[in-house]
Amino acid sequence: MEVKSFLFKTYSILSTNDGQQNIKLNFAKKVFMSEIEVLERTAVQVRRDIIRMVNGVKSGHPGGSLGCADFLTCLFFKIMKHHPAKFQMNPPDEDIFILSNGHISPAYYSVLARCGYFSIKELGTFRKLHSRLQGHPSVAENTPGVRIASGSLGQGLSVAIGAAEAKKLNSDKNLVYVLMGDGELEEGQVWEAAMYASAKKVDNLIAVVDYNGKQIDGPTDKVLSLGNLKAKWQAFDWEVLEMDGHNINELIDTLNLAKSRTNKQKPIVIIMKTEMGMGVDFMMGTHKWHGNAPNDEQTRIALAQLTETLGDY
Amino acid sequence: MKEIKIFDHQDTRSGFGAALLELGRNNKNVVALCADLTGSLKMDAFAAEFPERFFQVGIAEANMIGIAAGMTLGGKIPFTGTFANFSTGRVYDQIRQAVAYSNKNVKICASHAGVTLGEDGATHQILEDIGLMKMLPNMTVINTCDYNQTKAATIAIAEHIGPVYLRFGRPKVPNFTAPDQSFIIGKANIINEGTDVSIFATGHLVWQAIDAGHKLAEIGINAEIINIHTIKPLDEEAILKSISKTKCVVTAEEHMRNGGLGDSIAQLMARKLPLPLEMVAVDDRFGQSGTPDELLVAYGLDAEHIVNAVEKAIRRK
Repeated sequence: MEVKSFLFKTYSILSTNDGQQNIKLNFAKKVFMSEIEVLERTAVQVRRDIIRMVNGVKSGHPGGSLGCADFLTCLFFKIMKHHPAKFQMNPPDEDIFILSNGHISPAYYSVLARCGYFSIKELGTFRKLHSRLQGHPSVAENTPGVRIASGSLGQGLSVAIGAAEAKKLNSDKNLVYVLMGDGELEEGQVWEAAMYASAKKVDNLIAVVDYNGKQIDGPTDKVLSLGNLKAKWQAFDWEVLEMDGHNINELIDTLNLAKSRTNKQKPIVIIMKTEMGMGVDFMMGTHKWHGNAPNDEQTRIALAQLTETLGDY
Repeated sequence: MKEIKIFDHQDTRSGFGAALLELGRNNKNVVALCADLTGSLKMDAFAAEFPERFFQVGIAEANMIGIAAGMTLGGKIPFTGTFANFSTGRVYDQIRQAVAYSNKNVKICASHAGVTLGEDGATHQILEDIGLMKMLPNMTVINTCDYNQTKAATIAIAEHIGPVYLRFGRPKVPNFTAPDQSFIIGKANIINEGTDVSIFATGHLVWQAIDAGHKLAEIGINAEIINIHTIKPLDEEAILKSISKTKCVVTAEEHMRNGGLGDSIAQLMARKLPLPLEMVAVDDRFGQSGTPDELLVAYGLDAEHIVNAVEKAIRRK
């Protein structure tokens, strides 16, 4: 059996993510790949999806999407307890993920599809009329995996806190994860939420900041400097971890460390260092691809840098 | 004009507080959030009896709306409480994205609406909230007239699945609707049947309309008075039925003319049954400090102004 076909099976098993560790490892062994390699290859496919999705409609936000591909892959394929095949809006027994920086929807949709929330074919409908895959995530279309609309920035941490508080009331021991952009931290609501979470000891929550240092108008340092971001979160009495958002080993280790630090009276934030546009050389080192789609020639160049691993949609 | 019995004088917000406590006892999924106005919103009894289900968020209304939306993911029915101004204008985008567009089962409960908030003045007297909320798809908009109705409405919205904006107020006003009423969202209440004019009133101005009805009866005008407690969805059937009979209309509300109940009824009439219409509402200006009664007169919202509007509408028939 060729490797690609094996990989397909591997990921379809991975996608169930219900404690089937042995099966996952067995498949990985058969294709002579470590779990880390499998995740790395998945992230590469997610990056291909992102480029093809935004190119398909000549719009969207590839920069931050590429930067968060590794993190979202690790979270959905390895870290979270969730049930893609039987999505429930109000889940009684699983972790919840809230995407606050909704503009990285291409990465979000790709990961959701690749782990089984909906068909990967649907990725081709991104941003098109009557699609469930709206430019920014929406629940109005009943998109499996999406539990709150986002796009207007600064709101996701509050929503995640609400979901976490509800879990506490329900004696539900699962966790809530939320991803925010760093430019998004310029919104005041984030700090209202930050103050609340520590004051009220919302300790079943793991927030992640995509710290790429760039936003639409330029480097965050020039637009509105975040200053000492770690010190800010510490001053708000959060437990602060840091990680390299492109090192799968480190992502998994740090996320597991964060999990082990939950239920200790403090909310947890991970400042995740990433590179906007990661994986496509001409999109890295600049803010210019925050909200611009590549043309067909640029797409050809980008895809040549991203080997197809799981099969394009 | 039939006699309307007044049980007592109470503030509508106390009806909300009493119902919230009752909901707490009967529905374990009901949770309450407040932004540092627990006493003003009369949420103290709920907070005292159900501390684990009461969330004091501090002066951070945007965060409160987001938390409420998130809580629905655990099957909770969140009731948020603060002044109407901070419940709507201050957090419009949070409501728009996380509650209305996301269609979350959040109940936004707003006190101190309109000029009858009184002495605090224009910064706190929102007169645009009905318009803001009714423009949002998925949002139900309710404005109750007295204590008993506010209590009944609060109970009713817990049963309704979807976002709701419930608007009530600060001052003590006549409490005249039945204590055991069944509150049906979107169903207008006929208070007095009449033949000469239809007065559609909402909130505190329902009592002013009743007062006006008595004054009108003295000069031989038989007014039909209908309480439109639900501005969205509007009870179009009841409104059109009344208008078909009376052939002229007065609307009365403690809100801007733009975007209020009168605006909704004008749109309905323009589409279905164009007839003379007069609106008793605030005419594109901000409020100011004063007593509630003084402000109702100063802003043209009292019974006398409703009488004048009726006479004008009838003359235009």
